[in-house]
Amino acid sequence: MVIKRFLPSGRNTVIGIPFFWLLLFLVFPFAIVLKISFAEMVVARPPFTELFVYAQEKLTIILNPGNYLFLLEDHLYIIAYLSSVKTAAVATILALLIGYPMAYGVARANPGIRNLLLLGIVLPSWTSFLLRIYAWIGLLKTNGLINNLLLKLNIIDAPLHLLHTDFAVYIGIVYAYLPFMILPLYTNLVKLDESYLEASADLGARPWKTFLSVTLPLSKGGIIAGSMLVFIPAVGEFVIPALLGGPDTLMIGKILWDEFFSNRDWPVASAVAIVMLLLLIIPMMWFHKHQTQEMENI
Amino acid sequence: MSAIRRSPLLNVWLVLGYAFLYTPIIILIVFSFNESKLVTVWAGFSTKWYGELLRDQQMLSAAWLSLRLALMSATGAVILGVLAGFVMARFGRFRGHNIFAGMITAPLVMPEVITGLSLLLLFVSMEKMLGWPSNRGMFTLWISHVTFCAAFVTVVITSRLKEMDASIEEAAMDLGAPPFKVFTAITLPIIAPAIASGWLLAFTLSLDDLVISSFVAGPGATTLPMKVFSSVRLGVSPKINALAAIVVGVVTLCAAVAGFFMLRTERNRKLEIQAAQRGTD
Repeated sequence: MVIKRFLPSGRNTVIGIPFFWLLLFLVFPFAIVLKISFAEMVVARPPFTELFVYAQEKLTIILNPGNYLFLLEDHLYIIAYLSSVKTAAVATILALLIGYPMAYGVARANPGIRNLLLLGIVLPSWTSFLLRIYAWIGLLKTNGLINNLLLKLNIIDAPLHLLHTDFAVYIGIVYAYLPFMILPLYTNLVKLDESYLEASADLGARPWKTFLSVTLPLSKGGIIAGSMLVFIPAVGEFVIPALLGGPDTLMIGKILWDEFFSNRDWPVASAVAIVMLLLLIIPMMWFHKHQTQEMENI
Repeated sequence: MSAIRRSPLLNVWLVLGYAFLYTPIIILIVFSFNESKLVTVWAGFSTKWYGELLRDQQMLSAAWLSLRLALMSATGAVILGVLAGFVMARFGRFRGHNIFAGMITAPLVMPEVITGLSLLLLFVSMEKMLGWPSNRGMFTLWISHVTFCAAFVTVVITSRLKEMDASIEEAAMDLGAPPFKVFTAITLPIIAPAIASGWLLAFTLSLDDLVISSFVAGPGATTLPMKVFSSVRLGVSPKINALAAIVVGVVTLCAAVAGFFMLRTERNRKLEIQAAQRGTD
């Protein structure tokens, strides 16, 4: 390795700066969230109690598990966690079904136009996420464009109720996260050696058989990376359920937001965050494993 | 010619996919030129909503704050991301390597509500213990944006460094160049396009962020997405359509310019390599 010849001090500085930045602003904050999830809400600034009380030369630690018990007792939270996972899972599968053939089509396109096609996939995600979700309000409204079009074509007699439903949330997630599904799939599929496919065809396998037994297994890494890039953020999504979801749409990201901003209950919001993190830790580690593998395979 | 036939269905699917991605954006832009206040019924061409948008002082000051924030955040994220990418691609395994790699991938998927809440609680606790930062605003926004953008920059830089031929760096080392000189004279120019695209990515991510900003902004600072969100919650308005059209226009222009320059540098580099090879033959 080249870098072996670096002076130790230089090497340690280069590692040290990003390492401590991330430790201070990424890892350490989680410890504070964990701490405050065991505090109690008070009307003060900041609105929570101290855990470590030092009085009369004695350090007392007051742990309050009440926030977690509250999450267990009130069924709203458990239902919200389950429905977030369900919504994210359904949206991820839809995005995979739409995105896989698109990634395959781009990866197998003529190399001259491949980059242009890829740019076409990425470009929408560079424009504002918020404005792209806003676009769907105008499309899905009761007097919106989709209803107007369907009414004009006499497909429906009365406008459908589309906005503020779970259906709208699915569309929103698939629409906003589709590029994140396609990109890792493309990176994987473009490396696929066509001679495997030719060999399979020469041996008499039908195209579908070749796809199922050669292409699909070889693109497993891309499928996992893409699915996790959609699933994990979608579980905690706030903007999409807030703008497109209805009053019945229970998403845990929106509940955390409301606990924090409307109820100003920081300890309960922290407990909600900790439980969400525990729920997502396994998919996150799975993603991390595949991400490092993909990085090492370049 | 490839022996594998492309199914025509695949092309149909691609066309439908692109239509799905672009139709909402196109409709958004079309209705920004609508005369009527209703964003769904066409009533004639007009640019009055652009005028109204440009007269909206709150919107303008939020946009100006977001632009400054995005410029500073992208720059900070690139510095941090280049360092981190270099560590990931060139340093092999070191003590704490796994923690380091984990801290790089976590922000890529971490739900924003968790990141936002945790950073806010950090700033509040620091204020309580150290008396700093005494009020939240631009500075806390900057730290938060740098932190989550840096992870994306790191991924871009790492993959570019891994593609790059490390033997050029080794040759410079063998010729006696000190490490810092090798980095500035060899590595940096080669990864410059990746740095540029990492900067642009961080810039757009910062410009676009609503959730993390809402947590850490404090009462003093309102970013453009925060302003847009609060007005969208009250209902659709052609003014927001006009804003969307401007954003799409700027992004398309930036993408075209960046694409043009990347193609040109890539072509020049290839020509130079060819010329150098001819010189040595």
